[in-house]
Amino acid sequence: MSNDSGSGNDGGNFDKARRNFLRGLGIGVAATVAQPAWGGQTFQDAFADFFQKDYRRMSAEEIEAALERIESKALQRYGVEIDCQNTPPQPGVVYGYAINISRCKGYRDCVHACVKENNLGRDSQVQYIRVLQLDQGDFNLEHSDHYYDPETVPVEGKHYLPVQCMQCDDPPCVKACPVEATWMEPDGIVVVDYDWCIGCRYCMAACPYWARHFNWTDPEIPAEEMNTNTHYLGNRPRPRGVVEKCHFCIHRTRKGQQPACMEACPTGSRIFGNLLDPDSEIRYVLANKQVFRLKEELGTDPKFWYYSD
Amino acid sequence: MAVIRFIFDGIREMLRGPREYWLWLTALSLVILFGAWRYSEQLTNGLVVTGMSDQVSWGFYISNFAFLVGIAAAAVLLVIPAYIFDRKDIKDVVLVGEGMAVAAVTMAILFVIADLGRPDRLWHMIPGIGRFHWPVSLLAWDVLVLSVYFLLNLAIPFYVLYSHYRGKEPNFRLYFPFVVIAMFWAISIHTVTAFLFSANPARPFWHTSLLGPRFIASAFASGPALIIITLQIVRKVTSYHVSQSVIDLLALIMTFALQISLFFVGAELFTDFYNEGAHAASIHYLFFGLGGFDSLKSWIWFALLLNLIAVVILMIHPLRRKTLTLNIACVLTFVGIWIEKGMGLVIPGFVPTPLGEIFEYLPTSVEFSVAAAIWALGILIFTLLAKAVIAIEQGRLRYQATGDKYSL
Repeated sequence: MSNDSGSGNDGGNFDKARRNFLRGLGIGVAATVAQPAWGGQTFQDAFADFFQKDYRRMSAEEIEAALERIESKALQRYGVEIDCQNTPPQPGVVYGYAINISRCKGYRDCVHACVKENNLGRDSQVQYIRVLQLDQGDFNLEHSDHYYDPETVPVEGKHYLPVQCMQCDDPPCVKACPVEATWMEPDGIVVVDYDWCIGCRYCMAACPYWARHFNWTDPEIPAEEMNTNTHYLGNRPRPRGVVEKCHFCIHRTRKGQQPACMEACPTGSRIFGNLLDPDSEIRYVLANKQVFRLKEELGTDPKFWYYSD
Repeated sequence: MAVIRFIFDGIREMLRGPREYWLWLTALSLVILFGAWRYSEQLTNGLVVTGMSDQVSWGFYISNFAFLVGIAAAAVLLVIPAYIFDRKDIKDVVLVGEGMAVAAVTMAILFVIADLGRPDRLWHMIPGIGRFHWPVSLLAWDVLVLSVYFLLNLAIPFYVLYSHYRGKEPNFRLYFPFVVIAMFWAISIHTVTAFLFSANPARPFWHTSLLGPRFIASAFASGPALIIITLQIVRKVTSYHVSQSVIDLLALIMTFALQISLFFVGAELFTDFYNEGAHAASIHYLFFGLGGFDSLKSWIWFALLLNLIAVVILMIHPLRRKTLTLNIACVLTFVGIWIEKGMGLVIPGFVPTPLGEIFEYLPTSVEFSVAAAIWALGILIFTLLAKAVIAIEQGRLRYQATGDKYSL
């Protein structure tokens, strides 16, 4: 289990120890009472899961209990001890992203790093990032190749455009949701409460960037590849029948780390940072480069820019 | 208490009938049971058993939903002449029309529930214990207007029938305000359903202000088509009197509505194709195919052809007045609009995706079975309601203050 010491999360270790202890108890009870029923959960857990309130209305204790249930479910389903946290947004921070498309060579390292980092379903092949291959001189997305697969990239005469959730400042998906299961956090990240989503997929119809993905079946994640460092609003294992999306690696970025896609990018095309910090690299890019945003005419105000050298 | 007796007697009437009646109910129940069994497959394995994908994330279920809201709204075409213009002939059948609205709304709601990834969390929508994102989310709007419309179409006939059951005339002043509300509400349910789609700039195919008017026009064509057929069936299998003037009026409304509906389709085609931009990709896919994919092409041309034949029949007076040709026009219109406003509207919205990917959708046998079951359930609900309505309206079912005597 990865342990982010020095993250300034006071009492985190104590919390975890207590939760591990409780979890041990819970499994003991489950084993002796009714293992097969309730999908391998104890009756109490199944009951609590069903009546769990939405994230924004849960008390600190209720969130704590929900995190415990998430961890014990992951243990039952995948046989992995994960650590599910609830790191809050940092004050004075709103995240933004910029991609240098003249540097991007279409390696898709970001895509694969994201799949691993965020525990995306392997069978279902969900990917939060799509890298589009376009002819030089063409920017019509309808001409883009989503499944380019040459021997080597970059291909002569092509350019590459990575697309993921734009974390719109006026997100149409949030407006669409009939149960407020998705919203924008104070740090600008649009998140989904996977335990509150009813799976109507109206947000998917509303998104102009095809950034939202649905769990058509239970996501399959090999136990040895499970990222155990998880967040309630982020990369924790998702249930079936709910929508998920890129969350700017909320479990990393809220602790001051880079998102996995940026870390993985071998070309340095990706710039991530705090839009409210005038000295940040992202602010430098916005101030000094010719930037543009995808489908700006739709008025969604993305916090995701593209630029070239 | 009289109300309890009313409900009890009504249910008793629903469960009483000749052998053919029971055969009909059994046949419908079998379709429902089969669909329920296939739905359990969907519950166990997830929506992966459908043909839907991240690319085409709504399919056959939502297509049927959009169409059925229109059928439900069309009941207003009987409500207005019956209650506002006080036409006796229409008043005789308006309760049957409202029964159809109840059945159609039930089906529409069930299609949405069948489409949900987590039907177990439906309670998240209940204001108070859940979070109802009203008035921002159009889906919340749709749930609200459909629920209220359902209640209105239950409550008004309930009161009228209950009065007749007790041998009284309903108090006009008491129910008239609700009739007025129901009129506007009928338009609202289909407008909101159109707005549900047209609210999305992400989907240029839906994002047109013509969608609301188009929905209403096509509903006022397909709705009367179904009512005309249904009333004739009622006339055939029961002794209930259905005046020919009702069918004539509905046929005329249907003619106008289908003409307007086709005009709207033409306007859409012109605007998208004259200077064909990126926004026309979906309609191009629908009518001509895109990038070698064209699974909807023959369907939409077929639907257009059906509607064109129907409108020609309806516009030629002798043909419209003849039962056989009118019935042909009704069937053609119903099927034509079902294709056009169902799959023909929902699927192209997703093709190509906002990122330009072309990915086709085909419903699976699970979707067909579940859809058949929901339709069968709607027909079953309508049959039962109509059975009780007709018995009361014919005066066969009356409140007996003492004893258990029935007039039949």
